[in-house]
Amino acid sequence: MSAPVGAVGREHPRLEGQDKVTGAARYAVEYPVEDVTYGWAVPAAATRGRIVRVDAAPALALPGVLDVLHHGNAPRLTPGVDADLFLLQEPTVHYRGQFVAVVVAESIETAREAARLVRIDYDTEPHSTVLSEHHPGLYRPDKVNPSYPADTEDGDFDAGFAAAEVRIDATYRTPAYHNNPMEPHATTARWQDGRLLVHDSNQGSSPVQATLAELFALPREAVRVVAEHVGGGFGSKGYAKAAVVLAALAARQVDRPVRLALTRQQLFGPIGYRTPTIQRVRLGADADGRIAAVCHDAISQTSTLTEFTEQAAVYTRSMYAGRHRRTTHRVVRLDVPTPFWMRAPGECPGAYALESAMDELATACGLDPVELRIRNDPTVDPEQKQPFTSRNLVACLRDGARRFGWADRDPTPGVRRDGRWLVGTGVAGASYPARARAAAAAATAAPDGTFEVRINATDIGTGARTALWQVAADALGVPVDRVAIRVGDSDLPAAGVAGGSMGTASWSWAVIRACEGLRDRLRQAPGGAVPADGVTVEVSTADEVRAQRPLPRYAYGAHFCEVRVDADTGEVRVPRLLGVFAAGRVVNPTTARSQLIGGMTMGMSMALHEEGVLDERYGDWVNHDFAMYHISGCADVERIEAYWLPEEDPDLNPAGVKGLGEIGIVGAAAAITSAVHHATGVRVRDLPVRLDKLLEEQAEDGGSNRDGVPP
Amino acid sequence: MRAFRYHRPADVTEAVALLDADPEAAYLGGGTNLVDLMKLGVQRPGLLVDVTGLPLDTVEPGPDGGLRIGATVRNSDLAARPLVRRDYPLLARALLDAASGQVRNMATTGGNLLQRTRCAYFQDTAKACNKREPGTGCAALHGQNRELAILGWSERCVATHPSDLAVALVALDAVAEVREPDGPRDVRLTELHRTPGHHPERETTLPRGALITAVRVPPLPFARRSTYLKVRDRAAFAFAVGSVAAALDLDGDVVRDVRLAYGAVAHRPWRAYRAEELLRGRPITAELAAQAADAELAAARPLRHNGFKVPLIRNLTVRALTGLAGSVRP
Ligand SMILES: Cc1cc2nc3c(=O)[nH]c(=O)nc-3n(C[C@H](O)[C@H](O)[C@H](O)COP(=O)(O)OP(=O)(O)OC[C@H]3O[C@@H](n4cnc5c(N)ncnc54)[C@H](O)[C@@H]3O)c2cc1C
Ligand code: SF4
Repeated sequence: MSAPVGAVGREHPRLEGQDKVTGAARYAVEYPVEDVTYGWAVPAAATRGRIVRVDAAPALALPGVLDVLHHGNAPRLTPGVDADLFLLQEPTVHYRGQFVAVVVAESIETAREAARLVRIDYDTEPHSTVLSEHHPGLYRPDKVNPSYPADTEDGDFDAGFAAAEVRIDATYRTPAYHNNPMEPHATTARWQDGRLLVHDSNQGSSPVQATLAELFALPREAVRVVAEHVGGGFGSKGYAKAAVVLAALAARQVDRPVRLALTRQQLFGPIGYRTPTIQRVRLGADADGRIAAVCHDAISQTSTLTEFTEQAAVYTRSMYAGRHRRTTHRVVRLDVPTPFWMRAPGECPGAYALESAMDELATACGLDPVELRIRNDPTVDPEQKQPFTSRNLVACLRDGARRFGWADRDPTPGVRRDGRWLVGTGVAGASYPARARAAAAAATAAPDGTFEVRINATDIGTGARTALWQVAADALGVPVDRVAIRVGDSDLPAAGVAGGSMGTASWSWAVIRACEGLRDRLRQAPGGAVPADGVTVEVSTADEVRAQRPLPRYAYGAHFCEVRVDADTGEVRVPRLLGVFAAGRVVNPTTARSQLIGGMTMGMSMALHEEGVLDERYGDWVNHDFAMYHISGCADVERIEAYWLPEEDPDLNPAGVKGLGEIGIVGAAAAITSAVHHATGVRVRDLPVRLDKLLEEQAEDGGSNRDGVPP
Repeated sequence: MRAFRYHRPADVTEAVALLDADPEAAYLGGGTNLVDLMKLGVQRPGLLVDVTGLPLDTVEPGPDGGLRIGATVRNSDLAARPLVRRDYPLLARALLDAASGQVRNMATTGGNLLQRTRCAYFQDTAKACNKREPGTGCAALHGQNRELAILGWSERCVATHPSDLAVALVALDAVAEVREPDGPRDVRLTELHRTPGHHPERETTLPRGALITAVRVPPLPFARRSTYLKVRDRAAFAFAVGSVAAALDLDGDVVRDVRLAYGAVAHRPWRAYRAEELLRGRPITAELAAQAADAELAAARPLRHNGFKVPLIRNLTVRALTGLAGSVRP
């Protein structure tokens, strides 16, 4: 790759990095606010039913308690905006853990203690909280997240599958996964002269501003949402969530500023999570592994409040060739919190299923799994029938295989042993849509030759601020040290969420257009001089983005890994995880790499460690903290490598980027489970691959492990 | 959380008197367990008596070998002692395989032994738990119990004791030095923790208010050949799903003496006496080790989700003993 000429393509640490590590950067509940009070959310202790009585007296009796808000006394919200956010308005309980009251007190400790003292009586009804392929409530939704058709069909899958020489028919299960950003959902809210100001931890303060304005029946200008620094979200902060609404309600009620942060335990549910899935994948191929028929049936859950359908089978619509194709989604409304976005919603669980089935097909055909994928690389989008703007899956597979040393791999499962360890390797493909949303941005030239660029982008820790600053400098044609960038405030020109790997693509588009506009304006200025109050250009990319041709645009990747399984204990270790990606232009290699290895690690975590363990009697997840809900730690990541291929795609956006936030997690779990199979000969089709699942397979008396139910 | 008072006593006598006088008082060690439980509302002491300022923070060699570990010695300090690493490798391993560096820097010896179960239902005040509220029932018995007991449980409680250190100390026949209002007392570690029976709320044999002041580890020369094998759900910073502490003394191939204890299988660290008995006097082989484990685990009654612990503990026993046998051969 040629060396970068401007700022784009150069390594640069995050602009706010030092502020963060020294504690100077302020997060949502860290802003000094005079006269601040503390809110504490009270979760429902019933799974389905109605509140029949709220007794706030014992809580109110505690010195320092200001108020207890509940459906009987809370300020009213506009109905019909969002059922999940219609909080403290009705006595109905839709799921266990739903916030049904908020205590406001002078200190956080008092608020927490008082929350315990709020007595709530419920009239409960029988509930249903377990996803199953036999659930009578399964139905076909009108659309799946965000707006794909639920089902697609092309050719004649049944006939194609029946006629195939080699058939794979496998069902994969994934558990509930919880986003668990480091910083919880947290808000400081205050009302001043009819205006609402919130410091909120979210992934897009323009959309949060819009939602709050609707909920509180205010003009948008009367709401300001600041999210300057955000400690992650993984999708769960992509939309206004309970914390900000509860804080705003409470602040209005007590007429003082309110700080409210959810606890770690409260993040398991009310803020969304990745739905469990049950996915059946069928692949029919000829003996050479050429796929003739592919079908992906995905089942997931949603709540009784809002329909959210994880688009798990959508991945299969564009990934591999095959004349006869079908994808379906079925969803069931359970008495559970509404699932929501979690890093690569749809693609992440979907790729786990399809890429695992590809590995099974490779084994069945006696074919190398890299070669199988290359053979089934389509030349045009198999459903959309349009050429891809760029598609470098094969290049990623080849480059990854070379770097990993894949060539000499013996495909036989369960035959490599190194002392106590069974050793195996695995591979999987990955793709993620490269999309963009409309955004506005402003650029100002000052007389001293410096520039300020403003856009309500959100930097959730990814390095977005730094990347936009680099893009802006190049677009202005000046060195970076003459440019300042401001993000994370709804008073800035509006932009969409940091989500869907669309942030850098969408925001840099607007930034580039604003900077280009400013340069034009400066060229026209008499004598080129900048007046004392500067020159500002503000633009929106709405028309341009709308006019973009609907072509298949995707980033691609390939994961390779080595896995070791302890023959005596079933413990799984991953000594090596290597990913190669083709994701357009890379603005900042430092932050790009951190996104990619972060995604890969999260994929490994999904494969081996994470699982929301549901107790169906209560309808909640029992392991709701970091001691019990295991996320891969540093010791689990032994050697991790991320590479990217040079890729110029003129049909994307002015910055030529595809987005890197999600592609790293897509497919990683399948590479690991395939390697586990290669190591042990055991196919675990329900995640996570925990040691008990392998141990029970290995133990001679494995069958007896299931029968010790207490009397 | 409940507002509480905080006091740093001048000496052991004052500490014990404070607890004796106030039924709502509790000792505070590093606080890594107690403070979490206070935030969750599981424990609600009105007075915290911080014992970390007491002069109980030394590790001394015993007069005839062995060790005396002060109750407030931090887990990381204990694990770093050359004496511990040399004479009791299983202790150092058990300590270092536990928690995280930060937690170990805070955690004390006494607090570690008396930490509460990690049963998820115990930690959630919205769920039934006989240990937290006697008589309310045990939500874990028919709930999610993958992490819980296979040995010695009762219908009232199927929780496990979470400490790694305690398993190693039980294998070593350590003794807790305890101060009660009416004077000092020794309690053998094997008798410190209870099986739940009808009273899971009583976790130890200590009366309320008893202060652990030190732990004595008797001399055990063959403990130099000892190990602690811990299996957990990720590579670090996780409680055991099963563990084995073992020390082996061989005469040629023949087991002269052996110490074996299991962790994460019962309401107490589980000393495998039956297995030890079967091993003594016989030539050590993998088969014998497996037989010994099977003899100990014959009494196991797995719950719905934890049957895997039986083969896990058996395999760990074999690995520990054959590993030690290998390491003593010239
Ligand atoms: C995330 C996490 C992971 C962990 N992982 C592990 C693990 O893998 N393995 C493991 O073994 N442990 C693990 N731990 C637990 C940790 O080891 C214990 O929390 C710690 O050892 C407790 O010691 P402490 O001094 O902080 O006790 P405290 O929390 O201060 O006290 C615990 C209890 O002991 C009582 N107490 C304290 N000192 C005395 C005394 N001298 N005499 C009488 N009573 C006393 C207190 O009143 C309290 O009831 C983990 C903890 C956390 C938070
Ligand atoms: S196992 Fe013990 S600690 Fe857990 S819920 Fe039952 S009684 Fe409580």
